[in-house]
Parts: sequence; structure tokens; C-alpha cells
Amino acid sequence: MNDVGIVSYGGSIPQMRIKAKEIAKVWGKDGERISKGLGIIEKSVPSIDQDTATISVEAARAALKRSTINPQDIGAIYIGSESHPYAVKPTGTIVGEAIGATPDLMVADYEFACKAGTAGIQNCTALVKAEFIKYGLAVGADTSQAAPGDALEYSAAAGGAAFIIGSENVIANINKTYSFTTDTPDFWRRAERKYPKHGGRFTGEPAYFRHVTSCAKKLMEIVGTKPDDYDYAIFHQPNAKFPRAAARLLGFTPEQIKDGLIVPYIGNTYSGASCVGLAAVLDVAKPGDRIIVISYGSGAGSDGFDITVTDNINSFKRSNAQTIMEMVNDKTYIDYGKYAKDTDLLIWE
Amino acid sequence: MRDVAVIGVGITKFGELWNKSFRQLTAEAGSKAILDSGVDGKDIDAMYVGSMSSGRFVGQEHIGALVADASGFSHLHIPSTRVEGACASGGLAIRQGYLSIASGMNDVVIVGGIEKMNDVGGTSATETLATAADQEWESFFGVTFPGLYAMMAKRHMYEFGTTKEQLAKVAVKNHANGVKNPNAQYQMEITVDKALNASPVADPLGLLDCSPVTDGAAAVVLCSVEKAKEFTQKPLVKIIGSGQASDTLSLHGRRSITTLDATVHAANMAYKQSNKSPSDIDFAEVHDCFTIAEICAIEDLGFVEKGKGGYAVDQNITTFDGSKPVNTSGGLKSKGHPVGATGVAQIVEVAQQLRGDAGNRQLSNPHVGLAHNVGGSGATCVIHIMEGM
Repeated sequence: MNDVGIVSYGGSIPQMRIKAKEIAKVWGKDGERISKGLGIIEKSVPSIDQDTATISVEAARAALKRSTINPQDIGAIYIGSESHPYAVKPTGTIVGEAIGATPDLMVADYEFACKAGTAGIQNCTALVKAEFIKYGLAVGADTSQAAPGDALEYSAAAGGAAFIIGSENVIANINKTYSFTTDTPDFWRRAERKYPKHGGRFTGEPAYFRHVTSCAKKLMEIVGTKPDDYDYAIFHQPNAKFPRAAARLLGFTPEQIKDGLIVPYIGNTYSGASCVGLAAVLDVAKPGDRIIVISYGSGAGSDGFDITVTDNINSFKRSNAQTIMEMVNDKTYIDYGKYAKDTDLLIWE
Repeated sequence: MRDVAVIGVGITKFGELWNKSFRQLTAEAGSKAILDSGVDGKDIDAMYVGSMSSGRFVGQEHIGALVADASGFSHLHIPSTRVEGACASGGLAIRQGYLSIASGMNDVVIVGGIEKMNDVGGTSATETLATAADQEWESFFGVTFPGLYAMMAKRHMYEFGTTKEQLAKVAVKNHANGVKNPNAQYQMEITVDKALNASPVADPLGLLDCSPVTDGAAAVVLCSVEKAKEFTQKPLVKIIGSGQASDTLSLHGRRSITTLDATVHAANMAYKQSNKSPSDIDFAEVHDCFTIAEICAIEDLGFVEKGKGGYAVDQNITTFDGSKPVNTSGGLKSKGHPVGATGVAQIVEVAQQLRGDAGNRQLSNPHVGLAHNVGGSGATCVIHIMEGM
């Protein structure tokens, strides 16, 4: 059978931005220092009408605009998010209906902290490989939550990306995928709680770094590659510090991660983060480019992908939708008051 | 009073030990000390363990019995007692073990110290540590330990002209020593500039003026000198002075907030018993929970004149190659500060230096060393003076 991989993709990032310094000002913190420490200048903020469903629909529509795929040929939709609008009632059905993919369709919503989007890509890849479906749509999207005053407030952002997986006109072959998973409670949100909790410094070494570096090493071992075989590397980006450190630990250069590191400009889009990073790289990639993607989801696990860009990228209609960097630069700044109102931090009766 | 020797030492790596449990840490330090000493379980008459707040840090109280159990001694029914005195818990446990042998009650005693602090977040750790301050007069109003020591630093600066650079140099020195300690939490050199530009914590103290939150355990085997040779052929290290003193729990109740009277009194007790003076001390492990604490300590122990602690740092008196090396282990600042373990870890370092097995941080032929362990902002102090035999 043909190679299986990404046939099209699209992103969605809300326009509103709040600067880390503006948040720090409210809490009497040194914004300059926090911004520098996290490597986050500003983050995206969803408007009152934006949620994971609308972001997923926008990203999916962008992917469809760049291709000639009939939505009716999409046989599966998986939406990865930790901010599905409903606890019970799938986001995927909303997306399926909105893009015209229903009713001959497998749908499920995924949750695995920040890596549910890449888990969807894995499943779509498997279903296409098994010839159960012609195309699968995987979306990683979030309007992530952070308690006021929590360290997460500087990074928790909104955005996502969608990938159509298939075996015809593939623009980026998925050569291999591998996952590294353990039970590691570094970050969680209990049922019916509004904001997540985290284990502070525990989220670093035993959680993010162990999983990301182990996944990357094992994936490269399986496919027989080394860091300098890759043109681009994308690591999950809860802030800019962690992926930079992971890259350094693994032997990747700042140049290799530069184009996929979007977190400084939009913050951490959780399930969207690695997906947006991959979309940003596909915006600039050339035939033959080799890409490694390592997502990370708390709880915890990493999905790794070894990808090669094909010649089809040359005829691919990238310009039919906004690139990630165009979305990054299409922005409106808001102050903390509007942020508080639009993200439901205010309580009134 | 009978003479008492340290015949075995054991210590775990200090740091963020996510993959080791409280129980594993105690067993690791204890078994290392037992192996080092040559004693067998049936030789042990009693156990003491110092821990400040195992209940709040890991939800486990009743750790006297737990430590005996984790060490594999439950079937021997050894009396095992927990000792608590905030960050001086370890030093107090050493003193209890020492007194029980000196009095003739016991011959062989294991003393351990343990704290596992990283299982709670930073805020909870700070709150737990603040329970060592006066709840009614200090903690209730929001004071934390960095805040209390910052007030001491401010006053020291005002009274004696001590500078932020001098505080920074304490951290730089202790990190330089910690690089040579394989068990230290932070084995990295820092510069004065880095220390001065670190994130502010409580003015004038920055992040690098503060000891870290640490997991770790340490243990020693104490034995009457008369029986020690039955177990080991290694050089013996004798405890020749043990002093303990207390003071007001709250900082504001003190005669002075730049002198820890508990240190002065405990030191006098230990100097008198050992018939030593400050000038006889070749090196010391002092309680540098904050950089200002080391400056106060070297003054209050009589190593330098009151108010000259900062100047002494400028003159490199306390560096590894100085005339009075202080914190060759890296101190609390670089080695780490698992609060209940700290006092025992200090005894481990002093014993290793006096036995000549301190590795690449070995001082040249030291004879007399001192360990200085403080609880709270100075409400408890325990000091031991040790001599190589």
C-alpha cells in the first residue's frame, strides 16, 4: 500500500493576546523576569464565543481549504483536548457536522492532557493503514484553564491544529510513531473542578523531561536516526524553557527547533501545542525535509513521530489558508480586565 | 560521663528524589552507616531519628518505629525514638544518642535524620517550615523564614555595615565546596554576580541566598569508646563536647536579632565540656539556611568578632583554603537542607573530614571540627565538637 501520512493540515489561533507582563502587574510580580524565565512574551486568549469546538472547526476547515478532499470521504474524527465544551456530548460530532463529514463517520473525543491531539493522529494513521477508512481527521485544540494567580496563568492559552491523514497525495509521510507512557501524576484536573492542579517542580525532571527524552531516544533508536538527521524538531512546549532544554539534552540545535517553537508568541495551547508546532513547520518545509515531533501529555506520556516531507508539498495549496505565523501576527492586545471577563474569571449573580 | 565515638556514617544523595520513598531513604542511610561501622542489628541498643515534619511533608508520623522497621529491625524490638526541634531535629537526635551512651544506659546507638520535602509543592513546604516560627506572633501574620532571616540581614547590615556582596560570597563559597561533594543537591559553581541578580525572595535575600527544599537522609552509629574497637578498625572520631540551648520562639522577643543567643550558649557549653576555645576549631559545618545565618554563626561561635562576619567572608577566612574552613560539604546552601537530616549530615561531614575520608574535599590533617545546627530563627541550637582519635 501507499505511504500513510499527512494529506492536509490547518491551524486556528484566537486573535486576542495578553502580555505576560500585564498578568504579572495584576499580581505584583516582576513581569520581565517571569517572561524571561518562561520564555513567553504573550499568550492567546479565546473570545467569549471561542471554545475547543470552534477552534477545531476552524482548523479543520483550513485543512479542507488546502485540499480537494470531499469531507464525506473522512471516515474518522478524533478531537484531542482537555477543554471539551461538554463533559458528556462529543466535540467531534460538532466538528463532523460543521465540515459535512457526517453520518458515515467514527468519532471520539480524546483526553490525555497535552498529547490527546497527537494520540488522534496515531489512531487515524492506524485506521488508514488498516484500510478501514480513506481519510481521518485528527485535531489537537484547547482553551486551557489556569487559576488566577497560578504560575500556569502566564502560559495557558488557546489554539489548535487539524491534520487529515490519508494515503493519497501525502505531503508528509509518517514513517514511524512510538509512544512512551507511565503513570506519573504531575498535573491533573479532577472531575467538576474548574482549574487544574500541578506538582510544581515535579512536572519537570520526572515528568516532562523523562518522557520527552525517553520517547525521542527510543524513536530514533527504532528508525536508526540521530539528531542531525532531522531538519526540524518539535517538542511539546508548555513554555519555551522546557523544549529548549529537552533539545539540548538530546543533542538538537536551537536552529532545528526554531520554526516549530511557537509558545513564546501564543503561550501553551495544551493539546494544540505540538500540533501547532508541527503545522508551523509544515508551513515552511521543503520536499525531503525530515521532522521529529515529540508531544507530551501529563499523567503521563509522549507520542513520537518520524516524518518525511514529500514532493507533493510543492503542489500543495498552503496559501489557501493562513499560516501559523500569519495567525500569530494577526493579533489584538487586551488588558487583564477583559481577559478576566472573557475567560470567565469573574463571578456575578 | 563515658566517652562516645562516631564509628559509622551513612548519607543518601540530597536533592529532588522523586523515585525514592521516605522509607527507602531512611533504610539507605541507616544501612550505609551500619555497614561502615561493623555493628550488627543485635548490637544496637537504641535508635533516635530526627525529623521536623514528616506528618506534613509525607503524611507519616510515628517514625521512630517506622525507621526501625524499615531498617529490618522490627523483630529485635529496639527502642526507637523520634526527636523534633524544627531544623535542629537531627542535631538534637545526635545529642540524645550521645547522652544515652555517655550516661552508661547504652553502648551502641544509631542516630538518623530524614526529611522528604518535595512531595508537597513549594507553597506547602514554605507553610510547613513556617510552623517552626511562632504561630501566634509570627506565622499567623504571614511571616515566613526567608522573611525572618531577611529582617536579621537588614539589621546586620544596619548595625555592622554588612553588604549584599558579602552575603553573596557566602553562597559562592558554599557552592564551590558543594561541587566537590557527590551527594550535594547543587553541584555547580555560581558567581557573585549571579547571586546578586537572582530572583528576589525577601529583600535583601535573593534566591541564591536561600537553602533549597531537599529530600535526603543521613545516619551515624555512635558507640562508647571502650567498646568501639570491638566493631571497627577505622579511625575513631570522638564527640568531645555537646551543647544545646534555647531562646524565644519568636524573633522579636530576643535581646538582639543579629546574635543568636542560643548559639552563643550552646557553644559555650560545648567549648567548656571539650576544654576547647574557638581558636582550637580547625573547621566547622554551620547552619547556613540563609547566607546571613552563616555570617551570624561564625560570629556567635566566636570564630570572628561580632559584626566582622561579612569582613571575614571578604578576607576568605572561611573558604576551603582559608584559616577556618566553613561548610566544606557545601553547607545547607549547596548540599541541600532536608531539615530533619541536616544536623546528622553535618556530623557525617565532620566525621569524614576527621577520619580523612572526605574524598576530593578532604582538608589537610584537621584535628578538631564543630557542627552547628539551628532550629527556627534561633530558638534552638545544638552544637557538637568532635576530635579525631
